[in-house]
Amino acid sequence: MSAALIIDILLWGSVAAVGLIALRRGRPVITASLREGTMDFINIVPRVALGVIGSGYIAAVIPQEIITGWLGPDSGWLGVLTATIAGAATPGGPVVGFSIGAVALKAGGGAPQVIAYVIAWALFAFQRLLLWEIPFMPARFVWFRAAVSLPFPFLAAAIAMAIGRP
Amino acid sequence: MSELPLREPAPADDAAEAEPRPGHIRKPVGWSMIVIGVLVAVSAVLVWRRDGIDGVLEILTHDLALFGGILPRVLAGCLLGAFIAEILPHEKVSRSLGPRSGLKGLLIGTAFGAILPGGPFTAYPVASALLTVGADFGATIAMVVSWTLIGYGRAVAWELPIMGTDFTLWRIVISLPLPVLAGALGRFVYVRMYPKAAP
Repeated sequence: MSAALIIDILLWGSVAAVGLIALRRGRPVITASLREGTMDFINIVPRVALGVIGSGYIAAVIPQEIITGWLGPDSGWLGVLTATIAGAATPGGPVVGFSIGAVALKAGGGAPQVIAYVIAWALFAFQRLLLWEIPFMPARFVWFRAAVSLPFPFLAAAIAMAIGRP
Repeated sequence: MSELPLREPAPADDAAEAEPRPGHIRKPVGWSMIVIGVLVAVSAVLVWRRDGIDGVLEILTHDLALFGGILPRVLAGCLLGAFIAEILPHEKVSRSLGPRSGLKGLLIGTAFGAILPGGPFTAYPVASALLTVGADFGATIAMVVSWTLIGYGRAVAWELPIMGTDFTLWRIVISLPLPVLAGALGRFVYVRMYPKAAP
């Protein structure tokens, strides 16, 4: 069984489980939440379409060598800072971010720098904040969370340097 | 952490998202979407000038397939968020995830983010629902950060196959303390930025 299938089963299983609880609370609860969920879905589809179909183009025009060239093992804390900024600026989906990270590792990038890059990209890639997080959450929370997350790529790089891994 | 290297787009991470928030019908078009739309249009023109129409079509076909695969998960995420917002008892949530929930609240948020199935299309709607029903910024930050950094969905589907097992596992080990720290920092800053909102 593929992991994608397992995740789908978990996801829909969770939906069924909470749906069942809602059903037991009575008809108004289930109809209200079904309507709410469906309306959200309809509202979000155009954004998802733009994001998924568009990020392929954005990723295709980003010169990956430029990003990976800055992350060498001798780049030290400046490299970590560069990696953090590059992570925040990397557009596109998981394939793009991890691929650039993998290329950087293969091209001789330092592990702490690549860790900082991947974590910065996971925590506050600008395109993701704008396109995915803002539509779903209060904007105030999104910016607050991103700001609070700023130190953590550096902390992760420091831990990686301290333990000498990966 | 399972190690099956699968190539299928499982939780399409940046791919899709859902958003259920009770009483928050969003405009389908906002400024953030316009910015992205312009970026996409410019990029598509650059691709067209570099690779011709074939390059443009190739990306379009690939992304359309991805989009089709993601849609059902977006729906699942929307429904999950809507149900959770509807059935979670507000009092209990604000007690266990509210501003005064302490370290335990941050740990619950972290655990919740780590086990949450699905991609961003699940995580953000559910996080948003938690905020609506009484979780504070700190616990919600712990949940979102935990989902991003130590959630298994993205790691199994994308990071393991692309980055390799060694890097991924160490990256996750290093990330383990971060959600709680981020949540604690969030709380610390929040009560100082918005003193009136704090209890």
